[in-house]
Order: sequence, then structure tokens, then C-alpha cells
Amino acid sequence: MIGRGRARSGAPRTGVDWFLTFMRVAILTLVAVGILAFIWQEIDTDNPFARWANPDATGLTGAQFRGLIISGVAQGCMYGLIALGYSMVYGVLGFINFAHGEVFMVGAMTGMITSNKLADAGLWESNFIGSLIFIVIVSMIVCTLVAVIMERVAYRPLRGSPRLIPLITSIGVSFFIQNASIVLLGPAAKAYPDVPDWVKDKHTFIQIEGSRILVVVVAAVSMGVLWYLVEHTKGGKAMRAVAEDAEIAALMGINVNRTIVKVFAVGGAMAGLAGILWGILFRSVIHTTGFLPGIKAFSAAVVGGIGHLGGAMAGGLSIGVAESVGPLLILEPLGVSGVSQLRDAVAFAVLIGVLLLRPAGIFGERLPAEDRT
Amino acid sequence: MTATLPPQTGAAGASAEPPPAASRPALAQDWRRLVRMGAVGAVAQVFIALSNMPVRLDERVIVKPVLSLGYLTLLIVPFAAGHRVGHQVKREGMAVHAAGAHEMAGGAACGAVAGGGLSLLAVLLANFDLREPLVNWSPMLAELLAFGNATWFAVVIWLVIGAAVGALGGALRLLGPRTRRAVVTMALAVGGAAVLEPLVVDLAEGMRLEALTDWLYARRGGINWTSALGLAAASGILAVLGRGRIQQARTHIAALEGAQRTRTNGLLILATAAVLIVLPLFAGKLTNELLANVGLFVLLALGLNVVVGLAGILDLGYVAFFAVGSYSAAVLTAATSPRINPELPWLAALIVVVIITGLVGLFIGAPVIRMRGDYLAIVTLGFGEIIRLLFLSDWLSGWFGGSQGITKIPGAGIFGLTSVAGTDPRRVFYLVLAFCALAIYVSWRLERSRLGRAWMAVREDETVAEAMGINTVNVKLLAFVVGAVLGSFSGAIFSAKVGSVFPNSFLILVSIVILVVVIFGGMGNIVGVIAGSAVLIGVLGGPKQPGLLAEFSEFKLLIYGALLIWMMLARPEGLIPSVRRSRELHQQEMAQDAWLKGQVEDDNHDDGSSGPQAAPAT
Repeated sequence: MIGRGRARSGAPRTGVDWFLTFMRVAILTLVAVGILAFIWQEIDTDNPFARWANPDATGLTGAQFRGLIISGVAQGCMYGLIALGYSMVYGVLGFINFAHGEVFMVGAMTGMITSNKLADAGLWESNFIGSLIFIVIVSMIVCTLVAVIMERVAYRPLRGSPRLIPLITSIGVSFFIQNASIVLLGPAAKAYPDVPDWVKDKHTFIQIEGSRILVVVVAAVSMGVLWYLVEHTKGGKAMRAVAEDAEIAALMGINVNRTIVKVFAVGGAMAGLAGILWGILFRSVIHTTGFLPGIKAFSAAVVGGIGHLGGAMAGGLSIGVAESVGPLLILEPLGVSGVSQLRDAVAFAVLIGVLLLRPAGIFGERLPAEDRT
Repeated sequence: MTATLPPQTGAAGASAEPPPAASRPALAQDWRRLVRMGAVGAVAQVFIALSNMPVRLDERVIVKPVLSLGYLTLLIVPFAAGHRVGHQVKREGMAVHAAGAHEMAGGAACGAVAGGGLSLLAVLLANFDLREPLVNWSPMLAELLAFGNATWFAVVIWLVIGAAVGALGGALRLLGPRTRRAVVTMALAVGGAAVLEPLVVDLAEGMRLEALTDWLYARRGGINWTSALGLAAASGILAVLGRGRIQQARTHIAALEGAQRTRTNGLLILATAAVLIVLPLFAGKLTNELLANVGLFVLLALGLNVVVGLAGILDLGYVAFFAVGSYSAAVLTAATSPRINPELPWLAALIVVVIITGLVGLFIGAPVIRMRGDYLAIVTLGFGEIIRLLFLSDWLSGWFGGSQGITKIPGAGIFGLTSVAGTDPRRVFYLVLAFCALAIYVSWRLERSRLGRAWMAVREDETVAEAMGINTVNVKLLAFVVGAVLGSFSGAIFSAKVGSVFPNSFLILVSIVILVVVIFGGMGNIVGVIAGSAVLIGVLGGPKQPGLLAEFSEFKLLIYGALLIWMMLARPEGLIPSVRRSRELHQQEMAQDAWLKGQVEDDNHDDGSSGPQAAPAT
């Protein structure tokens, strides 16, 4: 993408180029004006600039702002975990596994079913941490299985076909899993059992909900484990080799098929973990749970630079914070009413903006050899 | 990957095929493959049973009193597994043994394993209560599986049924190609008559042919079993007598040239148009409603076909143009529209709608056009969702009514002559038909124009197209705009037909359903796209519109998903493929075929292991 842009720079600029430049400038101006108006508002509540577009704008108190950032970070960690699956599969196979968001949904559903069964048995209240570890393990196993079966049934036969074919297939898989969840488990939203107070309430000392701390800690730990697996084990080395060039890797004696299955398995396990985190944060799950977080996680993978592990996590955090803070920070001072309804639109806008401004993401892409040309 | 090759190569390969060897003994099975396939079948059976399909569809009778649609969903899996397990991979230079008792035994065993899944389920249903997560874990299902008897009966009967149906599936391989065609025609005739029941009854009423439907159908739905036998026999005889006639006619037409060809085509088109114009006069409300729905989706699918099929741009947010078309038509014509309400006549509004949607197409297209194909797909999906969220938001509710939508949209008046509104589906259908004709003409001319060739060049290889002097960016943008305009027609008609627009009519799943229609019918082929809409939307129904099998409404999206996967795996070129597109998709196989043939001729050794899967992605 970058290479082609450079090659073009000598060519005459077309209408589309002008339009794109205009869009880039417009996006940056919008963001800058919004942030400026917000900052000014915080400093001086009555200044005319802040009141210019939206006379009702009140700004945020410090505690509100902190709350938004923290909830953004917690959700961002979850997006980051899902984004790992997108990023790794894209790095190895060069296609977007659109159905990965549904694997996450399956994880959240599994967690819901298991935790409700545990709650019926009375274990959920008496031993919360133990039960949590148990549902995490169950959900990771189920999601790994789903991801591996998905690869075997839908994607492996299509390897080497034109690149839009597996993408369309993955849309079909996503549609299928979503609707399978409706017909098997019913279309209604389902609740997680009640969690202990220390998870639900704000901590007295640091004023953060226990669930958010839990989510951040779990995400950080699993990210560390994954980093170790990919960078310091033989299997991880094989994954990186296949991502670099599958053919050469095969010549070096790496079992490419098995490595790809491993990539799907790891991605699935991470999505399963993220599903449980979703359950802890929102305590409710429905068949469409996977769609929006899936798209946002994909955006996160792109923002961080696809094929890049740390990038996926960083991208997840940026998307999470952007969608949580963005509407109030940028849109409200500009006079948009009902901003919280637009948080999903903001997440999509971040994706589009990043692809317009810096398509390779923050840390640059790591793509299979064939896709780099 | 071992799916059917296109005829161009298949014909050449067939000449070198060795004569079939003698059939194998019945017990010399590939047991691992058999059990694996049976297990997959068993899982599928249990999934179908737990999806509530059998219970829900039991009301819809196919052949009275022996078969309901519900039981058919349970029989189809062992049949398919039994048929599939006898499949032999034909490879150049490998002997193919003749079908015989081996196939039937294998099919029976495989079907029994698949049916065993239901036996196991019956036992579990009787002994455990998993109703908590699985909503369809019900005594009704247990009763249905056991035919009202005890559990042990269910266990035995499903093993027996599975084996019998599987053996039937295997036996299908024993038949020669002609007999097989006759059998398939018979099954299709009975199945088709059952599926089309509401349509046939409706039409027969209009044509005063109630006697026919009284003979054919039982009073509470379903074909009488005697009539089913008669129908099967008649269609079987027709199939035997008419064997090859259709093929002959087709090759005959294809061989025509010049003026003769034009005249034949013109006649065919005229005949189709005449049928479509006359048919609604005899049909009742139900048929016309159905035809109008199918027509709306034909319009949408033709628009998406320009984008996906011709230019090869995977646009997942196509619903955005449908939404913009609907909303702008609503705003321009309805008196109740919140902010702007010029109350234009529908045709005048349509011109403005086309301009607006074209501009929106440009606006959405311009930023995404340079992106990689798969990024483009996700970003267009994002745009589709953003547009729905904007229509839904409080921010713009002053213009578009937010979640309340815009209601009381007057129908489409054409030169003050007639007014088309939802209450009269026949007029809606004629309106849709006119626009479909326009859309078909436009896409047909475009496909053969300089622009159409440029689109196909871009689809096949963008870099090469650019090197040939095509301005790829402008060409792709034009595809976006043409697609958007065609979609806006559908949107404008939709809002006039329904009389109200709500943001929730424009969910992303509408885009996906249109995509399934285009892919199922055959990307890049106008006839294929129309056939795809007729079959899918007509039989299963659209995202919110019921089809002929109205009982399927809960399951149609599931089936759309499964269909999309299956089409991509087995037949990516679609039901009625465009010749050029299918060549493109099977390029690799053809190259491999040619290479293999060269190899076989050169040194005459075959290792038979060079499937496409053997090599990693190249």
C-alpha cells in the first residue's frame, strides 16, 4: 500500500486524490477543533468558543473523565484480545477471518451456560475465583474447538483460491454461527449470574470497579503468555516462519497445516477468554454480541498494524478509549446531540480514518510475502 | 477441490479415462472414511433436531400422509451421507470401479451411523433435562423422534431409517445417468409441487382450475399420496421421453448466429415478458406480493452484481444505498417528513433520489476505492452501519424521524395515471417489473460496453488493467455509482410499497442476503442473478419478507449462511455461472489439469497425489 502510494506520487493527481486529501484534512480539523473546544471548555466554562456550536455543553468533571478512560481501557483490553486472532490469521493466511467475532460470542455464551450451571450448584458464590478460572478454561477449550473446526471445514479447502473467496466464506460462517446460536439457544438476551460485590462495586481506595481491574489484569497476563509462546517457543517460531513465507517454511520442514491450525487455536482461545471478560463487564450476552466487538477488534488490528501482536493490543486500547471518550470529547462540543448513540459509528469512523491517514497502522504491517507486493 | 471441472476440460479428460473395473465386494469398505462421514452426519442430524426444525416444520406436509417437511429435514442428511460416501475421486490414469452392492452397503452403514446420532439424542432426551441452555430440548422433540412410541422404538427406528435412506443414497450411484436423471426429475417434480403449493392454489383460483388443485392437494396442505405417485410417474415419463431435448434446444440456440440469433433471443425475451405481464392478472394477492418482493430483490441483486460480479469489488454495505434511496424518496414525497417535505410527485422525486444516491455512492466510494479488497469489504460494511446509525440517531431525528422513521408515505403516482401503493401488490409488481426491465437492459448493455470490459479487466487483474491504460480508480468508482443508482430504484419503490421507512429495515444482514443471492445465482451473470433471487427470495423469503416456505422464516438466515459456505466450497461460480467468471475461478485447476496431462503423456507415470491441497498456498 505504501509502496504503491510512493510510486504514484509522480503521477498527476486525480479528482479522487484531491477528494482524499480534502477528507484527511477535514477529519484532522474536526478532531482538532473538537479537542480544542473541549479543552477550552474545561479551562473556562463560559468562553464563547466552547459555546459556539453547543450552548448546552457542560464539559466533564475529572471523575467522569477518568471513569470514561478506565471503561475504555477495560473494553480496549477485550478488543485487543480479540484482535490478536484477526491479526495472527491475517498475518499467516492473508485473509480476514470475519467469523472470529462469532468465536468470541461463542466464548461469552459458553461462559454464560457454565457459570449459570455453577451458580445452580452453589459454587459460583462460594468460590468465585475458582469458578471463574473453570469457566475461562471451558470457554477457551470450546472456542479453540470452534476455531479449529472452522478452519478445517471452511477455510482449508479454499487455500490458494482468489482472495475474496475465503473472505466471503467467512461471512457465511459468521452468519451461520450467529443464527445457529439463535435456533439452539433462543433469540433472547441471557444473563450471567450475579457477581460478588468486590467485582461489582468501586474499590474504596482507587475508585475503580473490580471487574475492570480484573479484566485489565487478565488481559495483561494472557498477553504476556501469548508473547512468550510466539517469541520464545518452537511452535511460535514456526508460526512466524509460516507468516513470513509459507513455502519456504514448508521446505524447512515445518508442517504448515499444523501450524495454521495452531494459529487458529491460539486465536480461538484468546477470543474465548475475551468472551468471559465481556461476560464479567456486561453480564449479558445475545447472539449479536460478536458482531460489533468483532468489527471493532478488526479495526484495532488494523490500527495497530495487522500481523503485529503488540500492535493488536495497542490498537485495541486506542479503539476502546476512542469510542468511550471520542463522542463526548469531539462530537459534543461540536453540537451533536445524543452522542452516546453514536459510539459505534465513532468506532467505524476511527477505522475509516486510520485507513485514510495511515493504512499500515501504528507499528506497520507484517504480511505474508505474497501480499507485500 | 475435486469438485466438477468445467466442461471445457472435463470433456478432454474423459477421453483418456480407463474403462471401469469390476465392482468391489460389499464389505471391502474404507471404514475410517465411512465412520467419519457418518459421524459428521450424526452431528448434523442432532444439530437439525435441536434447532427445532423437525418440530416446527412438521405442520407443513409434503406428501399426505407419509412425509412432512419436518421429517424430510431429518432424512436428507443420512441420504446425502450415504450418497456421498460412495463417491470416487476420479484421477487421471486411476481405475474407477463400477458401482454395485458395495455402494449400497457403504451407504447403509454410513446412514446408520448418521441415524445413530438421533438414536443417541432420543436416549439423552429421555434421561436428561438440558432445557436450560438448549431451548428446543422438549418432550415434543422426543415424541416426534419416537413417532409417539417408547424411547427404545426411537433408538431402533432411527438406526433402521438411517440405514435404509443411506442405502437409497448409495443406490442412486447404481443407476445409469439416464435413469438417474429421470429419478431426480421425479423427486424434483413432487418436491416442487409441494413447495409451490400456495402459489399453485392461488393461480388455480384465478384461472378457475380448482379441480386440478383439488386433485393434487389434500384439503389441509400437502400432496395426496396418489397424486404424488401420478405426478412422479408423469414427470418420469416426460423425463425419459424428453431426454436430451432441452440440451439439444440449448445447443441449437447457442449455435445460431447473426440475425437469427437476435430474432430467437428477441422471441424468448418477448415470451418471458408476456408471461410476466399476463400472470399477475390471474394471480391473487399472495402471488403478486411474492412476485413484487422477488422483483425488489432482483433489482438490488442486479445492482450488487455490477459491483461484485462485474467489477469484483466486495461491497458489504450495499444496504446503505437501499437505505439512502428509501429515505430520500420518503423525505421528498411524504407530507409527514419532519424537516423537509416538498411532497414531490414520485417520478420527480425519483430523479432527485438518483442524484442523491449517486453522490452518496461517490462519497462512500472515493475513500475506499484504493484499499485492498478485504479492507474495502470491512470499510463498506462500516459505512453501511454508520448510515443506519445516523438515520437512527437523535442527532438527525429532526430530519429523518430517528427510530420513529417516516410514515404515511404516499404511493408512487406515475403521471397522475395510476397510483401504486402497498395495498395493491399487482400494481407494485408492474412497477417493479418496469424497473427490473430497465436494470436488466442497463446491466446487459454495460456488460458488453467498453466500461464493462474495463470492469472485468480490473476484476481479473488490477495491475495488468492499469498497464493496459484503464483508469482503474475512475472505473471502479463508476461501478460503485451504477450499483448505488440501481439500489436506489429498489429503495424508492420499497418506501412507496411499504408506506413507511424505519432504520431497522436496513440492517447489515440485508446486504449479506443480497450477497448470498448474487453468489448463489452466479456472480456476473444477469440470468443467474435473477434465478438466484427467484429461488432464494421466492422460496425461503427475504430478510423480513416471507417466502413460499413461510414455516422456514426462523431458519432461513441459518440456511443462507450454510448456503454461502457450501457455494463457496463446492461451486463458487454459482448456479448459472458466467463463463468468464468460472474460468477465472478454476484457473488453477485447469493449469494443473493441463500439466498433469502433459506429465501423463510424457513419462506415463502417475502418483495421483497432486491435489491442490498437497501444495501450500502459492
